[in-house]
Amino acid sequence: MKSTLSVTMRRRRRKENLIGYFFIGPWLICFLAFTAVPFVTSFFLSLTEYDMLSAPKFVGLKNYVRMFTSDKLFRQSLGVTFQFVFISIPLRLLFALIVALILNRDSKAIPLYRVVYYLPSILGGSVAVSVMWRYVFSKSGVLNTALQAIGINSMISWISNKDTALWSIILLFIWQFGSPMLIFLSGLKQIPKSYYEAAQVDGAGAVKKFFYITLPLLTPIIFFNLVMQMIGGFMVFSQAMIITDGGPMNRTLMYALYLYRQSFAYYKMGYGCALAWVLMIIIGAFTALVFKSSSAWVFYENSMNDGSSGAKKKHRTGKKAVRA
Amino acid sequence: MKRKKIIGTILFHVFVAGIGFIMVYPLIWMFFSSFKASDRVLSTVGQLIPTEWHLSNYRNGWAGFGGTTFATFFKNSFIVTFLSVLGNIIGSSMAAYGFSRIRFAGRRFWFLMMMITMMVPSQVLMVPQYIIFHGLHWVDTFLPLVVPEWGGRAFFIFLIMQFIQGIPRELDEAAEIDGCGKIRLFTNVMVPLIVPAIATSAIFAFYWKWDDFMGSLLYLNAPKNYTVAIALKLFTDPTAVSDYGAMFAMCVLSLVPVIVLFLLTQRYIVDGIATSGLKG
Repeated sequence: MKSTLSVTMRRRRRKENLIGYFFIGPWLICFLAFTAVPFVTSFFLSLTEYDMLSAPKFVGLKNYVRMFTSDKLFRQSLGVTFQFVFISIPLRLLFALIVALILNRDSKAIPLYRVVYYLPSILGGSVAVSVMWRYVFSKSGVLNTALQAIGINSMISWISNKDTALWSIILLFIWQFGSPMLIFLSGLKQIPKSYYEAAQVDGAGAVKKFFYITLPLLTPIIFFNLVMQMIGGFMVFSQAMIITDGGPMNRTLMYALYLYRQSFAYYKMGYGCALAWVLMIIIGAFTALVFKSSSAWVFYENSMNDGSSGAKKKHRTGKKAVRA
Repeated sequence: MKRKKIIGTILFHVFVAGIGFIMVYPLIWMFFSSFKASDRVLSTVGQLIPTEWHLSNYRNGWAGFGGTTFATFFKNSFIVTFLSVLGNIIGSSMAAYGFSRIRFAGRRFWFLMMMITMMVPSQVLMVPQYIIFHGLHWVDTFLPLVVPEWGGRAFFIFLIMQFIQGIPRELDEAAEIDGCGKIRLFTNVMVPLIVPAIATSAIFAFYWKWDDFMGSLLYLNAPKNYTVAIALKLFTDPTAVSDYGAMFAMCVLSLVPVIVLFLLTQRYIVDGIATSGLKG
């Protein structure tokens, strides 16, 4: 009796396994073929010299050594990318926060404003907008014409001047502050009005309310945005290729662009893989750093409903999803 | 007091609308420039509205280059995007259902793997993927752009899983007691319930694929296979371009599908991002 029961149970479990793998099948196949295998291969290729014509030649850590000792462009592209990420991402988040604070009021026009402010985020990744950007910042472009109209005579081409070229790309990224703005906006809506009323009773002004209520309660969302945006920022490619193509004098040579050139323009695929692994380690290190620092500045309040802590909520439901 | 409030409201609208206008001005400028005479595009930047409207820019631009017209590029983009979106939502919703509702061995492990893939930069996979697709003789076809999408994306799978969390399990159990198998349960009960999450995924899958430049750059070589993204890059190459009117005309056209989709779904998307934290 007992054994027949366990047989049916085992049969049922096998059926459950089969159905489970049927459902995750498409994902699993693609994961193995296009992510897992390439991931491992990439590491081995990073230890070789490979040009796709002849077999990979094992060279040990030579690619990595070369990168850190004799490759000036590696250092240049790393510097450019750091500069880009650490200027554009905080500014983008700052703008997103400021605009969200301004838009956080009741008005019939708010949905319209949200659409207008979000539009650049939807279009920003396209080739067309990058092309447009080129002519906004060119010598006789929109920016210079606008500056002239208010009496500033500017005759430089912002994208081919070595001091300003990177800033034109940074501006393109700040311009796309729409999606963090929307996330901030929904975070602001979650803060209970009673908190502000209580502060009002205690005689707190607008500034105090912001620094003691709004900002602490938004830190989980700032944290979430910071992580997401930073990861994306390190991988910027197409804008740098289309607007400036890395120039002038490699002042906008983003890391991903340099990596692409090594791999597919010079066919140094082993070196390209090594560059990619270094990129992944850098992104991982900075993400870990932000996570580590979060206990010092991210404020979680248990009594508040979950919606306000975007990052944590994701994390938690993610775990719950699999455990349940 | 009331007067002060009204002034405040007016200031608010002037300020917000003003900043909004500055933000979208480049787009408006590009739109009007696409109707200017080509030799006047860069010499009349200060004048927004064209004195004469040249629809011929659109005709000239549409002719494309190398004997291939933009009709081909748009057709290619639509094929690639449609097949990618379709595969993406099928693969993603299947995996999401599997991970959240079926207890199979190794479920936690594979879920963890899926979450990890979100952290792997595409650059790490780029070269080996190219070697694989090259080996399969898929280079210069749409397959490298489409096939990987059929597994779904971790991002969408996770999004749909969160949505499935909100659907009571009793519903599954009731259906199963009625003799409904897991597969039919998925197609007949679950899919209709998770349509909002699938729609959000589909819209973002569309945006990302339509704008995807890297994939086309790597895998498409013959002009007849170009998508709009890569064709536009070559069409607007700063060393080759001379017809600025036609250049902007094609830029504007390439944005039309995205803008139309955005306007049709904006309420939904704008609210969706606010609640799910999707990046755009």
